Amino acid sequence: MEKLISASLIGLSQGAIFALMALALVLVFRSTRVVNFAQAGQAMVSTYIGWEVVTRTDNYWIALPAAALAGALLAAIIETFLMRPLAKRASHGAIAPVASIIASLGVLGVLHSGAAMIWTTEQKLFQSPVSVNGIEIGSTVYPFSQADMLIISTVIIVMLIFAFFFQRTSLGLSLRAAAFQPEISRLAGVRVDRVRTIGWALSGAAGAIVGVLVTPGSYLSPFSLDILLVYGFVAAVIGGLESPQGAALGGLILGMSLSFTSIYVSSGLTFIVPFVVLLLILIVKPKGIFGGGNSRNA
Amino acid sequence: MSLVVRNLSVDHGAIRAINNLSFIVEKRRLTAVIGANGAGKSTLLRTLSGLIPASEGKASWGEHNLLKGKAELHVRNGVSHVSEGKSVIPELTVEENLDLGALWRKNKKEADATKKYVLELFPRLGERLKQRGDTLSGGERQMLAIGRALMSKPQLLLLDEPSLGLAPLVVEQIFQTIRDIANTSDLTVLLVEQNAMGALKIADIGVVLNLGNIVAIGPSADLIADPAIRAAYLGY
Repeated sequence: MEKLISASLIGLSQGAIFALMALALVLVFRSTRVVNFAQAGQAMVSTYIGWEVVTRTDNYWIALPAAALAGALLAAIIETFLMRPLAKRASHGAIAPVASIIASLGVLGVLHSGAAMIWTTEQKLFQSPVSVNGIEIGSTVYPFSQADMLIISTVIIVMLIFAFFFQRTSLGLSLRAAAFQPEISRLAGVRVDRVRTIGWALSGAAGAIVGVLVTPGSYLSPFSLDILLVYGFVAAVIGGLESPQGAALGGLILGMSLSFTSIYVSSGLTFIVPFVVLLLILIVKPKGIFGGGNSRNA
Repeated sequence: MSLVVRNLSVDHGAIRAINNLSFIVEKRRLTAVIGANGAGKSTLLRTLSGLIPASEGKASWGEHNLLKGKAELHVRNGVSHVSEGKSVIPELTVEENLDLGALWRKNKKEADATKKYVLELFPRLGERLKQRGDTLSGGERQMLAIGRALMSKPQLLLLDEPSLGLAPLVVEQIFQTIRDIANTSDLTVLLVEQNAMGALKIADIGVVLNLGNIVAIGPSADLIADPAIRAAYLGY
Protein backbone atom coordinates (compact mmCIF):
# COMPACT_ATOMS: atom_id res chain seq x y z
CA MET A 1 0.00 0.00 0.00
CA GLU A 2 2.78 2.41 0.91
CA LYS A 3 4.53 1.43 -2.28
CA LEU A 4 1.41 2.13 -4.29
CA ILE A 5 0.91 5.55 -2.71
CA SER A 6 4.56 6.46 -3.19
CA ALA A 7 4.59 5.34 -6.81
CA SER A 8 1.40 7.28 -7.59
CA LEU A 9 2.56 10.47 -5.88
CA ILE A 10 5.99 10.46 -7.51
CA GLY A 11 4.39 9.59 -10.82
CA LEU A 12 2.07 12.54 -10.45
CA SER A 13 4.90 14.95 -9.65
CA GLN A 14 7.16 13.73 -12.45
CA GLY A 15 4.20 13.51 -14.80
CA ALA A 16 3.32 17.15 -14.10
CA ILE A 17 6.82 18.24 -15.11
CA PHE A 18 6.80 16.13 -18.27
CA ALA A 19 3.31 17.39 -19.10
CA LEU A 20 4.33 21.04 -18.91
CA MET A 21 7.46 20.41 -20.95
CA ALA A 22 5.35 18.53 -23.50
CA LEU A 23 2.89 21.42 -23.59
CA ALA A 24 5.74 23.80 -24.37
CA LEU A 25 6.82 21.61 -27.30
CA VAL A 26 3.24 21.15 -28.52
CA LEU A 27 2.52 24.89 -28.48
CA VAL A 28 5.43 25.51 -30.82
CA PHE A 29 4.85 22.47 -33.01
CA ARG A 30 1.19 23.03 -33.66
CA SER A 31 1.54 26.70 -34.47
CA THR A 32 4.73 26.64 -36.55
CA ARG A 33 5.47 22.94 -37.25
CA VAL A 34 8.87 23.32 -35.61
CA VAL A 35 10.20 20.44 -33.51
CA ASN A 36 12.02 22.71 -31.10
CA PHE A 37 15.15 21.06 -29.68
CA ALA A 38 16.18 24.43 -28.28
CA GLN A 39 13.35 24.20 -25.76
CA ALA A 40 15.64 22.61 -23.14
CA GLY A 41 18.22 25.35 -23.68
CA GLN A 42 15.62 28.09 -23.49
CA ALA A 43 14.30 26.61 -20.24
CA MET A 44 17.86 26.39 -18.92
CA VAL A 45 18.70 30.04 -19.69
CA SER A 46 15.39 31.14 -18.16
CA THR A 47 16.14 29.08 -15.07
CA TYR A 48 19.53 30.83 -14.75
CA ILE A 49 17.63 34.14 -14.85
CA GLY A 50 15.38 32.75 -12.12
CA TRP A 51 18.49 31.68 -10.17
CA GLU A 52 19.97 35.18 -10.50
CA VAL A 53 16.76 36.65 -9.14
CA VAL A 54 16.46 34.17 -6.29
CA THR A 55 20.08 34.66 -5.18
CA ARG A 56 19.57 38.43 -5.14
CA THR A 57 16.09 38.72 -3.68
CA ASP A 58 15.92 35.42 -1.83
CA ASN A 59 12.35 35.26 -3.06
CA TYR A 60 11.27 32.29 -5.17
CA TRP A 61 7.90 33.88 -5.90
CA ILE A 62 9.60 36.73 -7.76
CA ALA A 63 12.02 34.36 -9.48
CA LEU A 64 9.25 32.18 -10.96
CA PRO A 65 7.45 34.93 -12.92
CA ALA A 66 10.78 36.58 -13.79
CA ALA A 67 12.02 33.34 -15.35
CA ALA A 68 8.70 32.86 -17.16
CA LEU A 69 8.96 36.37 -18.59
CA ALA A 70 12.57 35.79 -19.64
CA GLY A 71 11.55 32.50 -21.26
CA ALA A 72 8.72 34.19 -23.14
CA LEU A 73 11.00 36.95 -24.38
CA LEU A 74 13.77 34.58 -25.46
CA ALA A 75 11.28 32.40 -27.37
CA ALA A 76 9.73 35.43 -29.07
CA ILE A 77 13.19 36.58 -30.17
CA ILE A 78 14.09 33.15 -31.57
CA GLU A 79 10.80 32.97 -33.48
CA THR A 80 10.93 36.50 -34.84
CA PHE A 81 14.55 36.72 -35.86
CA LEU A 82 15.38 33.12 -36.74
CA MET A 83 12.44 30.78 -37.30
CA ARG A 84 10.15 33.16 -39.21
CA PRO A 85 12.76 34.32 -41.77
CA LEU A 86 13.95 30.73 -42.02
CA ALA A 87 10.45 29.43 -42.79
CA LYS A 88 10.16 32.01 -45.58
CA ARG A 89 13.59 31.48 -47.09
CA ALA A 90 14.03 27.73 -46.72
CA SER A 91 10.52 26.84 -47.84
CA HIS A 92 11.49 24.83 -50.93
CA GLY A 93 13.64 21.85 -51.72
CA ALA A 94 15.18 19.12 -49.64
CA ILE A 95 16.09 21.48 -46.81
CA ALA A 96 12.51 22.66 -46.18
CA PRO A 97 11.32 19.93 -43.80
CA VAL A 98 14.53 19.81 -41.76
CA ALA A 99 15.72 23.43 -41.80
CA SER A 100 13.88 24.40 -38.63
CA ILE A 101 14.96 21.25 -36.77
CA ILE A 102 18.61 21.84 -37.58
CA ALA A 103 18.25 25.50 -36.69
CA SER A 104 16.73 24.57 -33.33
CA LEU A 105 19.67 22.24 -32.64
CA GLY A 106 21.95 25.15 -33.51
CA VAL A 107 20.12 27.39 -31.07
CA LEU A 108 20.46 24.71 -28.38
CA GLY A 109 24.21 24.67 -28.97
CA VAL A 110 24.43 28.46 -28.82
CA LEU A 111 22.42 28.54 -25.59
CA HIS A 112 24.59 25.79 -24.05
CA SER A 113 27.85 27.53 -24.78
CA GLY A 114 26.45 30.99 -24.09
CA ALA A 115 25.31 29.85 -20.63
CA ALA A 116 28.66 28.20 -20.01
CA MET A 117 30.41 31.47 -20.86
CA ILE A 118 28.19 33.58 -18.64
CA TRP A 119 27.61 31.25 -15.69
CA THR A 120 30.43 28.70 -16.21
CA THR A 121 29.74 24.97 -16.21
CA GLU A 122 30.04 24.86 -12.45
CA GLN A 123 26.84 23.57 -10.87
CA LYS A 124 24.75 26.18 -9.08
CA LEU A 125 22.58 25.33 -6.12
CA PHE A 126 19.03 26.54 -6.58
CA GLN A 127 17.38 26.98 -3.18
CA SER A 128 13.93 25.50 -2.86
CA PRO A 129 11.26 27.64 -1.22
CA VAL A 130 9.83 24.57 0.50
CA SER A 131 11.18 21.36 1.99
CA VAL A 132 12.57 18.82 -0.46
CA ASN A 133 12.60 16.05 2.15
CA GLY A 134 10.12 13.22 2.08
CA ILE A 135 6.91 13.73 3.98
CA GLU A 136 6.65 11.71 7.17
CA ILE A 137 3.32 10.19 8.10
CA GLY A 138 3.45 8.09 11.27
CA SER A 139 6.62 6.09 11.03
CA THR A 140 6.84 5.94 7.23
CA VAL A 141 8.70 8.48 5.16
CA TYR A 142 7.19 8.87 1.71
CA PRO A 143 9.54 9.80 -1.15
CA PHE A 144 7.29 12.76 -1.81
CA SER A 145 8.06 16.26 -0.59
CA GLN A 146 6.49 19.65 -0.26
CA ALA A 147 8.46 20.57 -3.35
CA ASP A 148 6.59 17.84 -5.23
CA MET A 149 3.31 19.28 -4.03
CA LEU A 150 4.45 22.70 -5.21
CA ILE A 151 5.25 21.22 -8.63
CA ILE A 152 1.88 19.51 -8.97
CA SER A 153 -0.16 22.49 -7.85
CA THR A 154 1.79 24.99 -9.95
CA VAL A 155 1.50 22.83 -13.06
CA ILE A 156 -2.24 22.37 -12.52
CA ILE A 157 -2.69 26.14 -12.11
CA VAL A 158 -0.58 26.91 -15.19
CA MET A 159 -2.48 24.33 -17.25
CA LEU A 160 -5.82 25.78 -16.14
CA ILE A 161 -4.68 29.28 -17.06
CA PHE A 162 -3.59 28.02 -20.49
CA ALA A 163 -6.88 26.16 -20.99
CA PHE A 164 -8.87 29.25 -20.04
CA PHE A 165 -6.76 31.43 -22.30
CA PHE A 166 -7.09 29.15 -25.32
CA GLN A 167 -10.77 28.29 -24.94
CA ARG A 168 -12.26 31.49 -23.58
CA THR A 169 -10.34 34.48 -24.93
CA SER A 170 -10.24 36.11 -28.35
CA LEU A 171 -6.47 35.86 -28.54
CA GLY A 172 -6.70 32.18 -27.63
CA LEU A 173 -9.16 31.65 -30.48
CA SER A 174 -6.78 33.42 -32.89
CA LEU A 175 -3.94 31.15 -31.75
CA ARG A 176 -5.95 27.99 -32.29
CA ALA A 177 -7.29 29.15 -35.64
CA ALA A 178 -3.85 30.20 -36.89
CA ALA A 179 -2.43 26.85 -35.80
CA PHE A 180 -5.03 24.86 -37.74
CA GLN A 181 -5.60 26.96 -40.86
CA PRO A 182 -3.23 29.89 -41.26
CA GLU A 183 -4.64 30.94 -44.62
CA ILE A 184 -8.29 31.01 -43.56
CA SER A 185 -7.22 32.80 -40.39
CA ARG A 186 -5.44 35.45 -42.46
CA LEU A 187 -8.54 35.94 -44.58
CA ALA A 188 -10.54 36.36 -41.39
CA GLY A 189 -8.17 39.12 -40.30
CA VAL A 190 -5.95 37.26 -37.84
CA ARG A 191 -2.41 38.65 -37.84
CA VAL A 192 -0.88 35.21 -38.12
CA ASP A 193 2.77 36.23 -37.74
CA ARG A 194 2.06 38.11 -34.54
CA VAL A 195 -0.07 35.30 -33.17
CA ARG A 196 2.71 32.77 -33.87
CA THR A 197 5.18 34.86 -31.92
CA ILE A 198 2.74 34.86 -29.01
CA GLY A 199 2.48 31.06 -29.28
CA TRP A 200 6.25 30.77 -29.04
CA ALA A 201 6.33 33.18 -26.11
CA LEU A 202 3.76 31.11 -24.21
CA SER A 203 5.77 28.00 -24.93
CA GLY A 204 8.95 29.70 -23.69
CA ALA A 205 7.19 30.72 -20.48
CA ALA A 206 5.93 27.15 -19.93
CA GLY A 207 9.45 25.77 -20.44
CA ALA A 208 10.87 28.33 -18.03
CA ILE A 209 8.34 27.35 -15.37
CA VAL A 210 9.40 23.71 -15.84
CA GLY A 211 13.03 24.68 -15.18
CA VAL A 212 12.27 26.75 -12.12
CA LEU A 213 10.02 24.02 -10.70
CA VAL A 214 12.29 21.07 -11.28
CA THR A 215 15.67 22.60 -10.41
CA PRO A 216 15.22 23.64 -6.73
CA GLY A 217 16.72 21.14 -4.37
CA SER A 218 19.17 20.08 -7.04
CA TYR A 219 21.80 21.76 -9.17
CA LEU A 220 21.64 23.92 -12.25
CA SER A 221 24.15 23.60 -15.07
CA PRO A 222 24.02 24.43 -18.79
CA PHE A 223 23.08 20.81 -19.50
CA SER A 224 20.96 19.95 -16.48
CA LEU A 225 17.60 20.30 -18.25
CA ASP A 226 18.49 18.47 -21.48
CA ILE A 227 17.05 15.16 -20.30
CA LEU A 228 13.66 16.85 -19.91
CA LEU A 229 13.65 17.40 -23.66
CA VAL A 230 13.57 13.63 -24.15
CA TYR A 231 10.81 13.10 -21.60
CA GLY A 232 8.90 16.09 -22.92
CA PHE A 233 9.03 14.77 -26.49
CA VAL A 234 7.94 11.29 -25.46
CA ALA A 235 5.00 12.78 -23.54
CA ALA A 236 4.14 15.06 -26.48
CA VAL A 237 4.22 12.17 -28.96
CA ILE A 238 2.04 10.03 -26.70
CA GLY A 239 -0.47 12.87 -26.79
CA GLY A 240 -0.28 13.27 -30.55
CA LEU A 241 2.11 16.27 -30.75
CA GLU A 242 -0.70 18.71 -31.46
CA SER A 243 -3.04 18.55 -28.52
CA PRO A 244 -2.50 20.38 -25.20
CA GLN A 245 -4.81 17.88 -23.50
CA GLY A 246 -2.77 15.10 -25.09
CA ALA A 247 0.43 16.64 -23.73
CA ALA A 248 -1.02 16.64 -20.21
CA LEU A 249 -2.17 13.05 -20.49
CA GLY A 250 1.09 11.97 -22.16
CA GLY A 251 3.09 13.52 -19.32
CA LEU A 252 0.99 11.74 -16.74
CA ILE A 253 1.28 8.36 -18.50
CA LEU A 254 5.04 8.74 -18.78
CA GLY A 255 5.46 9.91 -15.18
CA MET A 256 3.41 7.01 -13.87
CA SER A 257 5.22 4.42 -16.01
CA LEU A 258 8.56 5.70 -14.77
CA SER A 259 7.66 5.76 -11.09
CA PHE A 260 5.88 2.39 -11.10
CA THR A 261 8.75 0.74 -12.96
CA SER A 262 11.38 2.18 -10.64
CA ILE A 263 9.47 1.28 -7.46
CA TYR A 264 8.01 -2.10 -8.47
CA VAL A 265 10.67 -3.38 -10.86
CA SER A 266 14.03 -1.68 -10.73
CA SER A 267 15.23 1.89 -10.63
CA GLY A 268 17.90 0.84 -13.13
CA LEU A 269 15.21 0.69 -15.81
CA THR A 270 14.21 4.35 -15.64
CA PHE A 271 16.31 5.31 -18.66
CA ILE A 272 14.77 2.61 -20.81
CA VAL A 273 11.14 3.14 -19.89
CA PRO A 274 10.50 6.35 -21.85
CA PHE A 275 11.90 4.77 -25.00
CA VAL A 276 9.89 1.60 -24.56
CA VAL A 277 6.75 3.69 -24.06
CA LEU A 278 7.66 5.81 -27.09
CA LEU A 279 8.27 2.79 -29.33
CA LEU A 280 5.04 1.15 -28.19
CA ILE A 281 3.07 4.29 -29.00
CA LEU A 282 4.78 4.75 -32.36
CA ILE A 283 4.05 1.17 -33.38
CA VAL A 284 0.58 0.76 -31.92
CA LYS A 285 -0.86 4.26 -32.33
CA PRO A 286 1.64 6.41 -34.22
CA LYS A 287 -0.63 9.46 -34.26
CA GLY A 288 -0.76 9.47 -30.48
CA ILE A 289 -3.74 9.26 -28.22
CA PHE A 290 -5.19 12.64 -29.19
CA GLY A 291 -3.56 12.89 -32.58
CA GLY A 292 -4.53 12.53 -36.17
CA GLY A 293 -6.82 14.07 -38.73
CA ASN A 294 -10.30 14.89 -37.66
CA SER A 295 -9.83 13.87 -34.08
CA ARG A 296 -7.36 16.59 -33.32
CA ASN A 297 -8.48 18.85 -30.54
CA ALA A 298 -9.03 22.52 -30.70
CA MET B 1 -16.42 52.78 -54.54
CA SER B 2 -15.63 50.30 -57.23
CA LEU B 3 -13.22 47.46 -57.83
CA VAL B 4 -10.78 48.53 -60.49
CA VAL B 5 -8.40 46.00 -62.03
CA ARG B 6 -6.03 47.37 -64.60
CA ASN B 7 -3.47 45.44 -66.68
CA LEU B 8 -3.14 42.84 -63.95
CA SER B 9 -0.71 39.97 -64.53
CA VAL B 10 0.15 37.21 -62.09
CA ASP B 11 2.80 34.53 -62.54
CA HIS B 12 3.13 31.14 -60.89
CA GLY B 13 6.85 30.63 -61.37
CA ALA B 14 7.37 30.51 -65.13
CA ILE B 15 3.67 30.17 -65.91
CA ARG B 16 1.55 33.26 -66.49
CA ALA B 17 -1.71 32.53 -64.69
CA ILE B 18 -3.34 35.89 -65.35
CA ASN B 19 -2.44 37.98 -68.36
CA ASN B 20 -3.02 41.72 -68.59
CA LEU B 21 -6.49 41.64 -67.09
CA SER B 22 -8.59 44.81 -66.93
CA PHE B 23 -12.14 45.22 -65.67
CA ILE B 24 -14.23 47.30 -63.33
CA VAL B 25 -16.88 46.10 -60.90
CA GLU B 26 -19.27 48.85 -59.90
CA LYS B 27 -20.50 49.12 -56.35
CA ARG B 28 -23.43 46.84 -55.39
CA ARG B 29 -23.05 44.77 -58.53
CA LEU B 30 -22.79 41.01 -58.48
CA THR B 31 -20.17 39.99 -60.99
CA ALA B 32 -19.50 36.39 -61.98
CA VAL B 33 -16.12 35.34 -63.34
CA ILE B 34 -16.50 32.09 -65.23
CA GLY B 35 -14.13 29.86 -67.14
CA ALA B 36 -12.68 26.39 -67.19
CA ASN B 37 -10.25 24.89 -64.71
CA GLY B 38 -6.92 26.69 -64.96
CA ALA B 39 -8.44 29.84 -66.42
CA GLY B 40 -6.93 31.86 -63.58
CA LYS B 41 -10.12 32.46 -61.63
CA SER B 42 -8.85 31.45 -58.20
CA THR B 43 -5.55 33.19 -58.86
CA LEU B 44 -7.46 36.40 -59.55
CA LEU B 45 -9.26 36.26 -56.20
CA ARG B 46 -6.15 35.22 -54.29
CA THR B 47 -4.31 38.19 -55.76
CA LEU B 48 -7.11 40.62 -54.93
CA SER B 49 -7.27 39.44 -51.31
CA GLY B 50 -3.52 39.72 -50.82
CA LEU B 51 -2.68 36.02 -50.54
CA ILE B 52 -0.36 36.03 -53.56
CA PRO B 53 1.61 38.87 -55.16
CA ALA B 54 0.89 40.30 -58.59
CA SER B 55 3.62 40.62 -61.19
CA GLU B 56 2.29 43.69 -62.95
CA GLY B 57 -0.67 46.02 -63.03
CA LYS B 58 -3.00 47.65 -60.57
CA ALA B 59 -5.97 46.63 -58.49
CA SER B 60 -7.86 48.80 -56.07
CA TRP B 61 -11.04 48.88 -54.04
CA GLY B 62 -12.01 52.52 -53.62
CA GLU B 63 -8.85 54.19 -52.43
CA HIS B 64 -7.28 50.96 -51.16
CA ASN B 65 -4.50 49.48 -53.23
CA LEU B 66 -5.21 45.74 -53.17
CA LEU B 67 -1.73 44.81 -54.35
CA LYS B 68 -0.12 46.26 -51.26
CA GLY B 69 -0.17 44.79 -47.79
CA LYS B 70 -1.11 41.41 -46.37
CA ALA B 71 -4.42 39.59 -46.56
CA GLU B 72 -5.09 40.13 -42.85
CA LEU B 73 -5.06 43.89 -43.48
CA HIS B 74 -7.22 43.77 -46.62
CA VAL B 75 -10.10 42.44 -44.56
CA ARG B 76 -9.84 45.56 -42.39
CA ASN B 77 -10.33 47.64 -45.53
CA GLY B 78 -13.60 45.94 -46.36
CA VAL B 79 -12.47 43.05 -48.56
CA SER B 80 -13.59 39.56 -47.46
CA HIS B 81 -12.52 36.44 -49.32
CA VAL B 82 -14.14 33.02 -49.04
CA SER B 83 -11.45 30.78 -50.46
CA GLU B 84 -12.06 27.65 -52.48
CA GLY B 85 -13.35 24.51 -50.81
CA LYS B 86 -15.65 25.50 -47.93
CA SER B 87 -13.21 27.64 -46.07
CA VAL B 88 -14.10 26.90 -42.48
CA ILE B 89 -11.84 25.59 -39.73
CA PRO B 90 -13.13 22.07 -39.00
CA GLU B 91 -11.61 21.86 -35.51
CA LEU B 92 -13.40 24.98 -34.30
CA THR B 93 -17.07 25.20 -33.42
CA VAL B 94 -19.54 26.96 -35.70
CA GLU B 95 -19.66 29.91 -33.32
CA GLU B 96 -15.86 30.13 -33.10
CA ASN B 97 -15.64 30.11 -36.89
CA LEU B 98 -18.07 33.00 -37.03
CA ASP B 99 -16.39 34.93 -34.22
CA LEU B 100 -13.05 34.54 -35.95
CA GLY B 101 -14.20 36.84 -38.75
CA ALA B 102 -14.90 39.65 -36.30
CA LEU B 103 -12.00 39.31 -33.85
CA TRP B 104 -10.23 42.30 -35.34
CA ARG B 105 -13.27 44.53 -35.01
CA LYS B 106 -12.95 46.99 -32.15
CA ASN B 107 -16.65 47.67 -31.73
CA LYS B 108 -17.99 44.49 -30.16
CA LYS B 109 -21.58 45.78 -30.14
CA GLU B 110 -21.49 46.17 -33.91
CA ALA B 111 -19.89 42.76 -34.24
CA ASP B 112 -22.72 41.25 -32.18
CA ALA B 113 -25.23 42.96 -34.45
CA THR B 114 -23.48 41.47 -37.49
CA LYS B 115 -23.62 38.04 -35.87
CA LYS B 116 -27.35 38.43 -35.35
CA TYR B 117 -27.73 39.36 -39.01
CA VAL B 118 -25.65 36.36 -40.15
CA LEU B 119 -27.66 33.96 -37.99
CA GLU B 120 -30.91 35.38 -39.39
CA LEU B 121 -29.51 34.80 -42.85
CA PHE B 122 -28.44 31.24 -41.96
CA PRO B 123 -30.73 29.98 -39.18
CA ARG B 124 -29.26 26.47 -39.57
CA LEU B 125 -25.96 27.78 -38.22
CA GLY B 126 -27.76 29.19 -35.19
CA GLU B 127 -29.00 25.70 -34.33
CA ARG B 128 -25.47 24.33 -34.53
CA LEU B 129 -23.41 27.02 -32.80
CA LYS B 130 -21.62 24.67 -30.40
CA GLN B 131 -20.98 21.91 -32.96
CA ARG B 132 -17.57 21.47 -34.55
CA GLY B 133 -17.20 22.67 -38.13
CA ASP B 134 -16.54 19.16 -39.39
CA THR B 135 -19.94 17.92 -38.23
CA LEU B 136 -21.70 20.14 -40.78
CA SER B 137 -22.94 19.09 -44.20
CA GLY B 138 -21.24 20.51 -47.29
CA GLY B 139 -23.93 23.12 -47.80
CA GLU B 140 -23.87 24.17 -44.16
CA ARG B 141 -20.10 24.51 -44.30
CA GLN B 142 -20.38 26.80 -47.29
CA MET B 143 -22.96 28.87 -45.40
CA LEU B 144 -20.57 29.02 -42.46
CA ALA B 145 -17.72 30.12 -44.73
CA ILE B 146 -19.86 32.90 -46.19
CA GLY B 147 -21.14 33.76 -42.72
CA ARG B 148 -17.59 34.07 -41.43
CA ALA B 149 -16.72 36.41 -44.30
CA LEU B 150 -19.81 38.53 -43.57
CA MET B 151 -18.74 38.77 -39.91
CA SER B 152 -15.95 41.06 -41.09
CA LYS B 153 -18.63 43.42 -42.41
CA PRO B 154 -17.16 43.56 -45.89
CA GLN B 155 -17.97 45.98 -48.66
CA LEU B 156 -16.45 43.71 -51.29
CA LEU B 157 -17.08 39.98 -51.02
CA LEU B 158 -14.88 37.62 -53.03
CA LEU B 159 -16.38 34.14 -53.40
CA ASP B 160 -14.33 31.29 -54.81
CA GLU B 161 -16.41 28.39 -56.18
CA PRO B 162 -19.13 28.27 -53.52
CA SER B 163 -20.87 25.49 -55.49
CA LEU B 164 -17.85 23.17 -55.46
CA GLY B 165 -18.70 19.63 -54.41
CA LEU B 166 -22.31 20.39 -53.47
CA ALA B 167 -25.47 18.57 -54.54
CA PRO B 168 -27.44 20.38 -57.29
CA LEU B 169 -30.28 21.31 -54.97
CA VAL B 170 -27.87 22.76 -52.42
CA VAL B 171 -26.02 24.64 -55.16
CA GLU B 172 -29.26 26.32 -56.14
CA GLN B 173 -29.86 27.32 -52.51
CA ILE B 174 -26.38 28.76 -52.12
CA PHE B 175 -26.67 30.76 -55.35
CA GLN B 176 -30.07 32.07 -54.29
CA THR B 177 -28.64 33.08 -50.90
CA ILE B 178 -25.79 34.94 -52.57
CA ARG B 179 -28.27 36.80 -54.78
CA ASP B 180 -30.40 37.61 -51.71
CA ILE B 181 -27.41 38.95 -49.81
CA ALA B 182 -26.48 41.14 -52.76
CA ASN B 183 -30.06 42.41 -53.06
CA THR B 184 -30.51 43.25 -49.42
CA SER B 185 -27.16 44.85 -48.65
CA ASP B 186 -24.63 47.31 -50.00
CA LEU B 187 -22.26 44.48 -50.84
CA THR B 188 -20.33 44.28 -54.05
CA VAL B 189 -19.76 40.63 -54.94
CA LEU B 190 -17.15 39.07 -57.17
CA LEU B 191 -18.10 35.43 -57.67
CA VAL B 192 -15.78 32.96 -59.34
CA GLU B 193 -17.43 29.80 -60.66
CA GLN B 194 -16.97 26.75 -62.81
CA ASN B 195 -20.73 26.31 -62.69
CA ALA B 196 -21.03 28.98 -65.38
CA MET B 197 -24.77 28.82 -65.97
CA GLY B 198 -25.67 28.92 -62.29
CA ALA B 199 -23.37 31.86 -61.69
CA LEU B 200 -24.45 33.87 -64.74
CA LYS B 201 -28.10 33.40 -63.84
CA ILE B 202 -27.70 35.27 -60.56
CA ALA B 203 -25.05 37.75 -61.70
CA ASP B 204 -25.49 41.25 -63.07
CA ILE B 205 -22.24 41.18 -65.00
CA GLY B 206 -20.30 38.23 -66.39
CA VAL B 207 -16.59 37.96 -67.12
CA VAL B 208 -15.37 34.99 -69.15
CA LEU B 209 -11.78 34.00 -68.54
CA ASN B 210 -9.70 31.65 -70.64
CA LEU B 211 -6.05 30.85 -69.90
CA GLY B 212 -5.61 34.08 -67.98
CA ASN B 213 -7.22 36.31 -70.61
CA ILE B 214 -10.65 37.94 -70.74
CA VAL B 215 -12.62 36.42 -73.61
CA ALA B 216 -15.90 38.21 -73.02
CA ILE B 217 -17.37 40.70 -70.57
CA GLY B 218 -20.85 42.15 -70.33
CA PRO B 219 -24.29 41.93 -68.76
CA SER B 220 -24.75 38.30 -67.84
CA ALA B 221 -28.07 38.07 -69.70
CA ASP B 222 -26.23 39.02 -72.90
CA LEU B 223 -23.58 36.40 -72.26
CA ILE B 224 -26.20 33.73 -71.69
CA ALA B 225 -27.83 34.74 -74.99
CA ASP B 226 -24.56 34.72 -76.95
CA PRO B 227 -24.38 31.52 -79.04
CA ALA B 228 -20.57 31.38 -78.99
CA ILE B 229 -20.44 31.66 -75.18
CA ARG B 230 -23.25 29.15 -74.85
CA ALA B 231 -21.40 26.63 -76.96
CA ALA B 232 -18.01 27.10 -75.32
CA TYR B 233 -18.92 27.66 -71.66
CA LEU B 234 -22.52 26.83 -70.97
CA GLY B 235 -22.52 23.45 -72.63
CA TYR B 236 -25.37 23.79 -75.08
